[in-house]
Amino acid sequence: MTANAPPSLFIGSEIAESLADVGFTHVVWLPDSAIGLWEEALDSSPRLTLVRVCREGEAWALAAGLHIGGKKPLVVMQTTGLFESGDALRNVLFDMELPILSLIGARSWLVPGSKDSAFRFAEPILKAWGIDYRLIARPEDKPLLAEYFAERLKTGRAGAVVVAEGPP
Amino acid sequence: MTEPNENPAEPDRRMNLTAALEVLARARTDRHVVVTNQGSARVWPQIADHPLDFHYVPSAMGGAIPFALGLALARPDREVITVSGDGSLLMSLGCLVTVTASHAANLSIVLIDNGVYEVTGCQKTPAATADVDYAGLARSAGFPNVAHFWDEGDWQRRGPKVLALRGPRFISLEVEPVRGGYGPIAPCPLLEQVTRLRERLAQSSK
Repeated sequence: MTANAPPSLFIGSEIAESLADVGFTHVVWLPDSAIGLWEEALDSSPRLTLVRVCREGEAWALAAGLHIGGKKPLVVMQTTGLFESGDALRNVLFDMELPILSLIGARSWLVPGSKDSAFRFAEPILKAWGIDYRLIARPEDKPLLAEYFAERLKTGRAGAVVVAEGPP
Repeated sequence: MTEPNENPAEPDRRMNLTAALEVLARARTDRHVVVTNQGSARVWPQIADHPLDFHYVPSAMGGAIPFALGLALARPDREVITVSGDGSLLMSLGCLVTVTASHAANLSIVLIDNGVYEVTGCQKTPAATADVDYAGLARSAGFPNVAHFWDEGDWQRRGPKVLALRGPRFISLEVEPVRGGYGPIAPCPLLEQVTRLRERLAQSSK
């Protein structure tokens, strides 16, 4: 990647199509500048409902309610939100044992030499929580997103996809 | 419906928690999912037992309202009532805006305002010394119907009517803390409750 890294490897329309195709019904999110570029596509998708939360911790509990109510939610946030919402995901993934899936944007991952702690802590934190994940950091990794989510939905297991991002 | 907060309750005029929840238990119907949390989860099973009761224990503090919102959004054919403590709400005040932004017309938030963190030994919340108007906060967040009760008779008379108004609704109840009421206790493990509620909701959607 170059210093002029793109903000996101995905454009909104391909994300919206992929998420709806694998079966998600709701996207519960608090976007960053890269994920935020998907807003129009997600909001206008006839197959997805976009739910906006004010702080990331809300997203996990809200997704838990959607899931128990019979829907298929996806939690979407930046790594900073993942860090903020640790107790909420602990409760939903480990106390309630719900197979909630998430898409985590890793800020500055695509910026060579970046020392941004927002991405440096992403994988250690996911590993510490014992959350299975896949990293999408190159264009050729992009098919992993739909493949992984489809498999996790089919088998009813929690997990995350980490999407590398450019600068904030 | 709005109620001005011009006459905040004196401490000796606050409602008894059990009596306040009994009013709610009588008002709920088979269409209602009731999500309790913290102190209310300890008392509710003593006064009611319904397949659509969910005692969110153990929880992530502050999670009961967004959890109930998720249920409400998933099941617009149902009414969802969540009973939240004031300390829990303070952990995530922004969730009031998340609720109104979602336009979930089938959600009621019943706030147990006792001014303390009851389950950890009744330490004061920051709001206990700040004269916070929770009903006013909810009104400003855009709730179309907000009510504030400190008198049990008034809550008993008008509570059911408020629950029938257009949602989302916010009802603040000034309640006396239960001294010595340490620890939220649920009548059965959380995983059993998750399974029971999911199955019950799935049955009723067929």
